[in-house]
Amino acid sequence: MDSLTLPLPSSLRSKLLEAGFANTSAFQHLTPLQLARDANISHQEALAILKTVSWMNCADQYSKEEDILSSAKTAWDLLCYEKSRKKLRTCCSELDTVLGGGFKPKELTEICGVPGVGKTQLGMQLSINVQIPSEFGGLGGQAVYIDTEGSFMVERALQMAESMIDYLKYATSSCESTVGLGMSLNVDTFLSHIFYYRVYDCTEQLAVVNSLEEFLKEHREVRLIVIDSVTFHFRQDFQDWALRTRLLNGMAQKLMGLAQKHDVVVVLVNQVTTKTNGEIVPALGESWSHTCTNRLILSWSNGCRQVHIFKSPSLPAATASFAVSADGIRDVESSKRIKLCTISSP
Amino acid sequence: MASRLISAMGLDASIAHRFSARNILTAKDALCRTELELMELLDVPLDVVLLAISCISKKSCPPCHTILSVLKERMKNEPQLGHLPTLLGPLDQALCGGIPFGVITELVGPAGIGKTQFCLMLTVLAVMPDPFGGLNGSVIYFDTEQRFTSQRMVEIAQHKFPNILFTEAMIKQLAARVFVIVPTSVTELLDSLQKIQATIIEHHVKLLVIDSVASLTLSEQSVTRQELLGRQASALKFLAESFRIPVIVTNQARAMSTALSCQGVLHSVPVSDAHEGIDLQLRAALGTKWAHAVNIRLIFEYSEGRRWIRIGKSPVSAAVAIPFFLTATGLEHDENEIPSATEKDVMTIYGFGGL
Repeated sequence: MDSLTLPLPSSLRSKLLEAGFANTSAFQHLTPLQLARDANISHQEALAILKTVSWMNCADQYSKEEDILSSAKTAWDLLCYEKSRKKLRTCCSELDTVLGGGFKPKELTEICGVPGVGKTQLGMQLSINVQIPSEFGGLGGQAVYIDTEGSFMVERALQMAESMIDYLKYATSSCESTVGLGMSLNVDTFLSHIFYYRVYDCTEQLAVVNSLEEFLKEHREVRLIVIDSVTFHFRQDFQDWALRTRLLNGMAQKLMGLAQKHDVVVVLVNQVTTKTNGEIVPALGESWSHTCTNRLILSWSNGCRQVHIFKSPSLPAATASFAVSADGIRDVESSKRIKLCTISSP
Repeated sequence: MASRLISAMGLDASIAHRFSARNILTAKDALCRTELELMELLDVPLDVVLLAISCISKKSCPPCHTILSVLKERMKNEPQLGHLPTLLGPLDQALCGGIPFGVITELVGPAGIGKTQFCLMLTVLAVMPDPFGGLNGSVIYFDTEQRFTSQRMVEIAQHKFPNILFTEAMIKQLAARVFVIVPTSVTELLDSLQKIQATIIEHHVKLLVIDSVASLTLSEQSVTRQELLGRQASALKFLAESFRIPVIVTNQARAMSTALSCQGVLHSVPVSDAHEGIDLQLRAALGTKWAHAVNIRLIFEYSEGRRWIRIGKSPVSAAVAIPFFLTATGLEHDENEIPSATEKDVMTIYGFGGL
């Protein structure tokens, strides 16, 4: 096709002819920058010419190339998402506050702490809480619980589910329109929506993480993945530390991908280890500590359980107290806290 | 399981052959390599590797249950949802019916407080026939410190169940159900744990006791100790859960240097020894890694001139403390009224157990 037939201003057309672009076929495989330089025209003009040519050839090469951005999101989009996304609440208002509303989907959150401080309890509570129907402001999802230590207790999950249902029923009983909602809840549905894997060695752990992709495709309601604990099988049977780091990082990357793609909350429980100088630090070493988006450290302080936000890209460092009661993770009652303070002050 | 052979996983014959030619025989061999490594080794394109990995993962992935199905299954097979009652009222109550099946329960405390007595008592309860509240099974008792005495066990049985006439034949029948193994090193213990499966099935073993897990390990070099402990915990958990039996291990409490105990005070087991009139700062032996591995930790301690069992760590129960004394029947709940404030003080002062 002759360049003269192009719908262009005459000055531009003459510039093109001057530079020797007599035929449109010459425009093929040209980048805007090359054309601008060769024809001595501005970048905008060059791009406009190339777009016109490709549109006339029905090639639409340029609209495709802009696809680079189509998969990107603007910070504004992300801001809107952050504001609109529902977070996974913990039943402990103090903890929710310091977490900025709860555990966030699409993020890896690591929970570290000494034995018996309540890591598993928190994991179990979250797998109940993720099922709170959206009418109650919950996520209305399901949970995958990968248990490597065998510490998931069915009895305890039952207790937590029962008290959660009692609470939801109580919450709805005051309002006429929602009474029916509360009545439709039952323990069996809660328990049947926790998918439980018991993992006996690190190969199985890797296998489960590998096959989660498919599982999540079949179970689109899953909004929470808990691995309790990510550490246990990786603390023995490994002579090759470099290999361990590689495997752990690979696993974390897969989880990160799942979290992004399926919009799930990923909670990884980690153990602590005693360094030679007696200091207590999270296990799995320095390189692992870069892997997770957030790191929460659970500890004891004056006979009270505390969560400390050790690492987070979006939250300030903060500390909150929580309690583990018969119902699950709850607020420390204010009365009890005062009592504890008075005892420990002398 | 990790040792599953790749050749038996139904991969494409050509790719399966490549795996075996490169000496990648088990799922573990394959999954412990990155995709890139496998591409190099097998000399195949990425999509083939990914397909193979997803196939291997699927085959070696443990089955998925919902909690509801687990619960229903347990209710069907196990009365009391799988607990071995200790017959110490408040302790059973706190633990939802007794020592749970399928988890590791650790007893930790200073010497001579009654850990072995507790083990013996549970042994008796496990071998007793159903109508008397027992589990009617066998017991495997790993006795590393040579503390097991059958005489005491029989004594406990006779006093615990005074209504039963213990004939010679019955005692023989009960005592024959307790298998005592005396391992001399951790490796030996680990070996027996690997081979024990057949024994558990054949003899209907309903309880596994290791008394004590610390003594063998402490003689081991500290470099390999943690590794061995981890393997041991892993093996015990596997047995406990696969066979749905309770596993009891005992651990020592050892005095620690003050510098260390200050930093590690979170999981210390402070005990004031009223008998000697001095305060000892005691901690559970074997360190944090082991403490992570046990599911339930019962702390035995002296306080206010009494012996207490305190629940130090448990996924199901609150941190309660139960006073007890040792009698001919084993451990007995000390039912003297305890003012509730005292109980709270115990927690607060020792800064452990927190509630």
